[in-house]
Amino acid sequence: MATNKSFDVVILGGGPGGYVAAIRAAQLGLKTAVVEREHLGGICLNWGCIPTKTLLRVSEIRHTLDRLDEFGLSCGEISFDISKIVKRSRQVAGQLSKGVEFLLKKHKVTVVMGDGQLAGGGKLIVSKDGKEICQLSAKHIIVATGARARRLPDLEADGELVWTYKEAMVPKAIPKSLLVIGSGAIGMEFASFYSDLGAEVTVVEMLTRVLPVEDEEISAQAEKQFKKQGMKIFTGATVQSLKKKGKNTVRASIQTIDRKTDHLDFERAILAVGIVGNVENIGLEENGVQVHRGHIKTGPYMETTAPGIYAIGDVTGAPWLAHKAMHEGVLCVEKIVGVDGVHPLNTSNVPGCTYCRPQIASVGLSEAAALDKGYAVRVGRFPFTGNGKAIALGEAEGMVKTVFDAKTGELLGAHMIGAEVTELIQGYTIAKAMECTEVDLMQTIFPHPTLSEMMHESVLDAYDRVLHI
Amino acid sequence: MPINVLMPALSPTMTEGNIAHWIKKEGDNVSAGDLLCEIETDKATMELEAIDDGVLGKIVAPDGTENVPVNSLIGIILEEGEDAAVLGGLDIPAVSEAPTKIAASPQTPAAPVAQAVAPQATLAPVARSEGRIFASPLARRMATQSGLDLAAISGSGPNGRVVKADIEAALSGATTAAPVAIPASAPSPISPLAGIRPYQDIQTSKMRKVIAQRLQESKQTVPHFYLTVDCEIDDLLKVREELNGRSDAYKLSVNDFIVRASALALRRVPECNASWIDGGLRQYSGVDISVAVAIDEGLVTPILRNADHKGLSSLSEEIKELAARARAKPMGLMPEEYQGGTFSISNLGMFGIKEFAAIINPPQSMILAVGAGEQRPVVKDGALAIAAMMSCTLSADHRVVDGAAGARFLAAFKGFVEEPLTMLL
Repeated sequence: MATNKSFDVVILGGGPGGYVAAIRAAQLGLKTAVVEREHLGGICLNWGCIPTKTLLRVSEIRHTLDRLDEFGLSCGEISFDISKIVKRSRQVAGQLSKGVEFLLKKHKVTVVMGDGQLAGGGKLIVSKDGKEICQLSAKHIIVATGARARRLPDLEADGELVWTYKEAMVPKAIPKSLLVIGSGAIGMEFASFYSDLGAEVTVVEMLTRVLPVEDEEISAQAEKQFKKQGMKIFTGATVQSLKKKGKNTVRASIQTIDRKTDHLDFERAILAVGIVGNVENIGLEENGVQVHRGHIKTGPYMETTAPGIYAIGDVTGAPWLAHKAMHEGVLCVEKIVGVDGVHPLNTSNVPGCTYCRPQIASVGLSEAAALDKGYAVRVGRFPFTGNGKAIALGEAEGMVKTVFDAKTGELLGAHMIGAEVTELIQGYTIAKAMECTEVDLMQTIFPHPTLSEMMHESVLDAYDRVLHI
Repeated sequence: MPINVLMPALSPTMTEGNIAHWIKKEGDNVSAGDLLCEIETDKATMELEAIDDGVLGKIVAPDGTENVPVNSLIGIILEEGEDAAVLGGLDIPAVSEAPTKIAASPQTPAAPVAQAVAPQATLAPVARSEGRIFASPLARRMATQSGLDLAAISGSGPNGRVVKADIEAALSGATTAAPVAIPASAPSPISPLAGIRPYQDIQTSKMRKVIAQRLQESKQTVPHFYLTVDCEIDDLLKVREELNGRSDAYKLSVNDFIVRASALALRRVPECNASWIDGGLRQYSGVDISVAVAIDEGLVTPILRNADHKGLSSLSEEIKELAARARAKPMGLMPEEYQGGTFSISNLGMFGIKEFAAIINPPQSMILAVGAGEQRPVVKDGALAIAAMMSCTLSADHRVVDGAAGARFLAAFKGFVEEPLTMLL
């Protein structure tokens, strides 16, 4: 293991932001090290994006099997083994974490396993189990320590009856009834997974609609579909307390939108009420790095308030997305090296995907946000029912919505709900990155028959030229 | 031995030339002293003579080939008795670029269908610089909408691509009374008269800023020249009165006649209906006339598309309708209704202005400044007489229009105005 080495760049944290920054730094010829506390790939790869996608694949197949008769197929009784499902999820995560290890090795990035702490003067002390194992010095230090589940003082997660994402990802059994607190991406993905595997799911959202960061119409459609699937949804409601009642029951006091309090019993509850940055015990404030409400303050090129120290990814605040972290990692390193044409992140071009059923994907401004900003908008909508491929797939529910600046034709935002939209959104993301106008999108040829045709039709609809409705 | 014909150096500074056209064709006999082809340089067009006898065996650089370096091969002459077959054995370098014809592509600026979806597609972009400008589609449209010249904006996107942020920066730069407006070569910025007199800084509209920018740019970059002509309009006034007396359905103004006369004159002298675009001439197949209309915030120029195909009454009606919408608040014109146009008319006659010279509205190449119609003493048949006269001054872009062409246009215009019946045809 490396001891007392000096580097051009040391990255604290080997999650998607950190390891990608490291690879880019190595590509640009910098001598690079990554300090990782637990596992390469971070939460995303080990306890987030990837393992949940593995689980959601299972619930999706399960859901399809429930519909076999529609397709003229039949099979015997369908059963599942939750331990195998979880095992596969862990295997996938493990495989990808190994992959990151290989990639860093390939790029000759030094990996130091341990807890890193800023020690001033471009130094970083790495310790393990409280004992210092080495000191690294670097011209540039990038903090990429990520974030963790936010906890609420009155709602303690014990890991047994009340879970965070981590326990929710490795269940020993599917609970009969499940309370999901928070209807953001994490909450709704777990809600979908457990619901499709047979749990009675109740979702409580403090704000007035589910998936509150999405466009209002998308939230409304999503809520309708979740309810149709059998979920109970309380919006404008808060969970005031969670009390354990015996070994297998937790009682939730839920204040509903009309200020009444319901007491409901569940086998398990999942806390998904947001995340906070990992800003503790790494020597931030002591070294002049300002932290504001649990996140590091950064400038346009990810510089912190301390010279030579940068921060990227979840630890810098919303949106908490792996691809945002990766992008920030690359731009931060490129700025350090002085690569031409580096631009600050444009949050309006960061797509967001939620892999619940139905899938949700969006980029840019919602219609309401665009109006708020004073744009005159043109809005296009196209339903899945108008798309041949969607009907052939048996996935005729959903919508593609586009929002344009009426004056310039700029694509301000795109909002999609329905099958496979998470794979489609990048088309609009490219359009936004390239600064396409409606004309470019209209003149693009979309293959038939594909779900992507809806992306074309939605644009056409915004300009009263829709063909198939 | 075949004889190589090389691009000659026709002046000491010449480094390259364009092949205007070949006078001899492949296979033509040539004798020393015959004209082979016309070569165009930045200064002049000159003829190239053959210095040997033989047959023009091959034209290597065909008509319209541009930027052929001096001393590079443009053709091959075969000596008497030589067979064209020898050409096969020659190593003839490919001309580096395919002939780029300048004028060719006929453009129909008024294609209404295209404009319904793409208001930015009117005319060519304002850009005047050489070569392709890299800009995002959104940046292009924003530049068109705000009258910015893309070529003047440095791009911050990948490979210098002009992106939305650059347009926004350019627009906000213009709002801060910035040095942007002062050319880089200016010795010192204009010093404000601060402290001498109380003053008030007036909030300027976006339109005012665009006007300021575009007119400054026009006067600085377009080589203007001016031609003035006096037109006798007694007959025109008579015809106008007579026509207006016949029906209440229309009320023709003198200006309607001027628009019609200009449109017809442009059709007669089409070389004036053109622009200097991307280092070349672009001649338009349609005559679209912009008419300057003063509004509170400044000036707009609604366009009469295909004005040469419209009669006086329909022109009159269209001008009234466009002007009314231009003056409405908020302005009721769509961008495609005032962007584009191939020629402009500015009429200050109603203010009693005798004559004036207007600034060209790029990429147009001409604007006609129309003065007041007034009774003036004139000499007719050697005697003093009184006639209604109107002075019109044409401003022309010398890159596009030469003095003689401008004069032909004005002569045609004067002809229509002085014999108004000819424009009723």
